Amino acid sequence: MGFLDTLLGRTKPVQPKLDDLFALPSAAITLEAGAGFKPTGSGSVCFRPVEGRSFSDVENDVRDLLNASSGKDGGLPVEVTKDSYGFTWLVSSHLSDELEGLVTDLHAVNSSLVDNGFGPQLLCTLVAFRDEAERSLALVYLFKRGTFYPFAPAPGSGQRRDNSLELQVKGVIGDDLKWEQDLGRWFPVWGAPGL
Amino acid sequence: MARSRYAPDRGLTARMTVTMFLLGLVFVAFIGLIIGIGAATHGSTDVIALFAVVLGGGMLIGSLFYSDKIAMRTAGAVEVSPQQAPELHGIVDRICALADMPKPRVAIARSNMPNAFATGRNADHAVICVTTGLMDGRLTNEELEGVLAHEMSHVAHKDVTVMTVASFLAIIAGLMVRMAFYSELFGGGRRNNNNQNAAMMMFAIMAVSIVVYAVSFLLIRVLSRYRELAADRSGALLTGQPSALKSALIKVSSDIGRIPQQDLRTAESMNAFYFAPAMSLRGGGGASLSKIFSTHPTLERRLAELDKIQQQLNQR
Repeated sequence: MGFLDTLLGRTKPVQPKLDDLFALPSAAITLEAGAGFKPTGSGSVCFRPVEGRSFSDVENDVRDLLNASSGKDGGLPVEVTKDSYGFTWLVSSHLSDELEGLVTDLHAVNSSLVDNGFGPQLLCTLVAFRDEAERSLALVYLFKRGTFYPFAPAPGSGQRRDNSLELQVKGVIGDDLKWEQDLGRWFPVWGAPGL
Repeated sequence: MARSRYAPDRGLTARMTVTMFLLGLVFVAFIGLIIGIGAATHGSTDVIALFAVVLGGGMLIGSLFYSDKIAMRTAGAVEVSPQQAPELHGIVDRICALADMPKPRVAIARSNMPNAFATGRNADHAVICVTTGLMDGRLTNEELEGVLAHEMSHVAHKDVTVMTVASFLAIIAGLMVRMAFYSELFGGGRRNNNNQNAAMMMFAIMAVSIVVYAVSFLLIRVLSRYRELAADRSGALLTGQPSALKSALIKVSSDIGRIPQQDLRTAESMNAFYFAPAMSLRGGGGASLSKIFSTHPTLERRLAELDKIQQQLNQR
């Protein structure tokens, strides 16, 4: 925010950065080779719905768009869930573990929200991975920052995360993704749909 | 279309600019008058003015740097970790990710009065604090989010810094009154042939300072009310849910009226940073007066502004 905006108490809504999302497929290959984590084929977009008709119309359009294309590229119908914080998650699942189709789907959600002027409502995108020991891992993309961070919930009940696994994943993928450098922004997404 | 949905409120911007301009004008006029008094009475007002500015500046910088600690101490707030308050941290996390802000420290104050405040001179030193009264299930998660988004907007707008700097003038004017008064009181013995002049000078400084103090006090209150509206606005745009904020405001405001007086007195000094005023001057005849002195806009005004945002977000 500029000096004048601060002085006048105006906040410019932050527009999302979408492009870096396409680095995911190649990073997934590095991740599989280096740490044995495979994409589960599901991913989700999380956004804050706006009250009123305009937004719900856009939301419905997006869902129809994804469902229309779901048969062709091995995708399943999208699932829509609302979490306890009031955020909406659109979960797109693909049978294959190829990430290109999934990323294209996710990008379709983002760009239609942005095109309708709701870009500032996008929170994050999450792509799920799993290894042979059934440990789950998510790569979370923060729209406002244009950066990724890993999120690995520790097995068992309770909200604990496996920080060493997260840091290991970051090291394995290395420069293939633009990482979030501020560890304070690696916020947990407990019980995220699609994880 | 994408632009208009989140367009700034021009009217609010203009009113805030005028208020700040007037504050600046009063400041300049004040300095001019002090120098003028010195010239007219052939006395040296510079020393007294310089002393007030330096002392006032020191107080200003001190209160800016320790704003988080002072406010937390006053409210009896304790910082909480994500393990202690996972829900609260979850909401703050999401707001920060939406707004692209660094995460502030999160604190809880033990008080039955449902309220929240944010403090700290900038986003890196911010603390966001809610009272236990706000967390006891009276508000839904969405309403709580609305309140926290309002507070995070205060952080984003650097309201603690802006309001502290704005009150600089009032601090200086207050100091001048006191110094002129004491030098009148204790300086009497050292007077010689120009004591007539000196007495007049001190009296003039005192009179001017009192007027400046009163005017700047009112202007600061006006500014504070506009900053509240601005924070409401940014918060509602951020979450996309103006009605959640509206219902939170209604719940919190109606609850506050029922709180006994003792609790309020301790909280009164921090009113300016609270989500809703802790004390409201009610009663016949005082309604318009309380409006002028209030740090927060009336509930009706805030609800009306949020209605406008609702329409703005819903445009096609």
